[in-house]
Amino acid sequence: MKLSVVDTERCIGCQSCMFACSRLMGKAGLTRTCIGVRSAGGMERGFVVIVCRACEDPPCVKVCPSGALKAKKGKGVRVDLTKCIGCGNCQDACPIGAVFWDDEADKPMICIHCGYCVKYCPHGVLELVKLEAVTC
Amino acid sequence: MLKDDTLANVLYVDLSKKQSWVERRQDLFDKYIGGVGVGIQLLHEECPEGCDAFGAQNPIIFAVGPLNGLFPVASKTITLFKSPHTGNLGESHAGGRSAIAIRMAGYGAIVIRGASEIPLYLAIDGSQVHFRDASALWGMRSVITAGRVIRGRETSAGFRTIMRIGRAGEKLIPYAGVATETYRHFGRLGLGAVFGSKKLKALVVSGKCSLPVSDPKLYQKIYDEIYQAAVNTPAMKKYHDLGTPENVLPLNKIGALPTRNLKDAQFEGASQISGEAFAEHYLGRRLACAHCPVACIHLAALREPYGDEDFFYKTSMIAYDYEPLYALGPMLGISDARGLLKLLEKVDEVAVDAMSTGVILAWATEAQEQGLISEKETAGIKLSWGDYTSYLKAIPLIVEQPNDFYKALAQGVIHAASIYGGTDFALAFGRNEMPGYHTGPAQYVGTLIATRHHHCDNAGYSVDQKVLVKEKLTPRELAATLLKEERWRQILTSLAICLFAREIYKPDLVSRALQVAGFDIPPEDLHRLGEEIHSEKYRFKFREGFSLDDYHLPKRIFETPSAVGALDEKYVRQTIQQVKQILVKKQGKT
Repeated sequence: MKLSVVDTERCIGCQSCMFACSRLMGKAGLTRTCIGVRSAGGMERGFVVIVCRACEDPPCVKVCPSGALKAKKGKGVRVDLTKCIGCGNCQDACPIGAVFWDDEADKPMICIHCGYCVKYCPHGVLELVKLEAVTC
Repeated sequence: MLKDDTLANVLYVDLSKKQSWVERRQDLFDKYIGGVGVGIQLLHEECPEGCDAFGAQNPIIFAVGPLNGLFPVASKTITLFKSPHTGNLGESHAGGRSAIAIRMAGYGAIVIRGASEIPLYLAIDGSQVHFRDASALWGMRSVITAGRVIRGRETSAGFRTIMRIGRAGEKLIPYAGVATETYRHFGRLGLGAVFGSKKLKALVVSGKCSLPVSDPKLYQKIYDEIYQAAVNTPAMKKYHDLGTPENVLPLNKIGALPTRNLKDAQFEGASQISGEAFAEHYLGRRLACAHCPVACIHLAALREPYGDEDFFYKTSMIAYDYEPLYALGPMLGISDARGLLKLLEKVDEVAVDAMSTGVILAWATEAQEQGLISEKETAGIKLSWGDYTSYLKAIPLIVEQPNDFYKALAQGVIHAASIYGGTDFALAFGRNEMPGYHTGPAQYVGTLIATRHHHCDNAGYSVDQKVLVKEKLTPRELAATLLKEERWRQILTSLAICLFAREIYKPDLVSRALQVAGFDIPPEDLHRLGEEIHSEKYRFKFREGFSLDDYHLPKRIFETPSAVGALDEKYVRQTIQQVKQILVKKQGKT
């Protein structure tokens, strides 16, 4: 299963998904969120939902100098914090901005496609989809 | 509260000295929770007695509470200041992303002191405070443009609030507001003018800290309880579906919709400007405040041809809520939804309180109708019920004040009527223009005693519709009912939740939610604390000259029958006396 942003036009910008993600990581607040919602240049234009797309050949993995990032087929990328040196290459390499940064630990955070945020999306913007159904 | 919670951090910013520092004020948060409870204490500390509302000594206090950032629908920021419009306690609340941004930046309150000699905006990103030159933004015609510029210059998209003033604030219109995230407002009592007097064009706050909880399992349990209630209960559904304009038709049906300066309380054009009509013809998008799944913010898409060139259109997204809609719609006899949207857009462009503006224009229209003023005063404009084009011309003149008449309008309806006459139909209470409920006596008593200053309304309209419509209350009973509800609402606004969720945040739930944030306050103690916070607000009010003996009740409210029949002036005055007696007993003051 993979997390999919099915329709950003349905997004109301409540950011409940962001709070859910951080909460799952054991933190209230927004420090640990691996999903981002921001306006598409003014809220009247709607919202951009940024989250890891679980690329087949993730650019973030390719630029990691310490082998801390590993691609998990169809389930995104895992970060081994013991190997990570916090260089930020992965964040620079992701063109959609889906590598988030934990400022407190100074390490990257990437969605693990667990789907917890889906439960807190009130309008069906997010879905967990079977891999074969993923086309985008 | 929990020891490691950043809530207790109060950021002080001195605009005169261009300095900022943080003080840990756990004393205040432990005792008064946050929001309005802590805010009023900071106002007592910061605001000298009798100070000029436009003077550098008048502080601006922003306060959030422990539930902001922890639980859904806890989305409000409370501001406190001395109001230039009433000369007394100024309180204004707004959502958008403001509360979450302040909390996530690591603060429970922000205190702004002093005044800048040049226009500037403040950019607060976590612990960083930047004073930025805003000279190039000052005087911009539209607050939307100013917001767009700042959005492009500052970082942290998605984690920030951008509060800004428009021309009305710069021109010190005492009922100018502050817009946040374009579509939400600290609308009432002139916070925008206080910003303007400090040459503070905008305030950007951003951050993304984490918050401690006392018990993660309990946190998750209560979170889900609130979240499910917010997305599933009928009480929230109305805000989600049609938004606050859902009120138009029911209020019209019971005869409580102020129309044409309250010459009527039913509007023949109500169905054209109802929540249903807007949803069917104009609703283009719904938005939510940060951490609220309800999405009550409704934006209309208005497509208009430019007219000077074929196939050349613009589409504007305009927020519509009940109160602005009442004041610029029925109050001015306007049933043309497109015209009404243009008026809403116009007041938003200059960031002035839509409610005050509508009520002032309604008075001016009647004054012109009666011959108290002529086109000489209005600069050639024939203000007439239903003609939105005349009001579209008048609003910018109120802001720019080209003559004595518009200068008077810019000071509010009481001031204008004191010069030109028509005080009997100048619909303000305690100098603040009325909200859109001609429901009955409770609404007016609530507005007049100004027990909660911030907003559009008070608990009175609900008492009228739920209680007085069925049974009679003695003045003492009504006074006690109003005060009891308002005291409880001091707790809700200290948390600080959106009052639309007041049916979810009942005392028991509030007590349990606070436990997660490390506050051990049983429900009965919450009631006591609400009473104390309420009392602390009145302490400020009485200090600044508030009186329950000397007040103005415009005759108009007694001439037009309300939803519970014709209002009895004697009953209204007796109820106010009863409020006074209860407060005196509590305060030992008159």
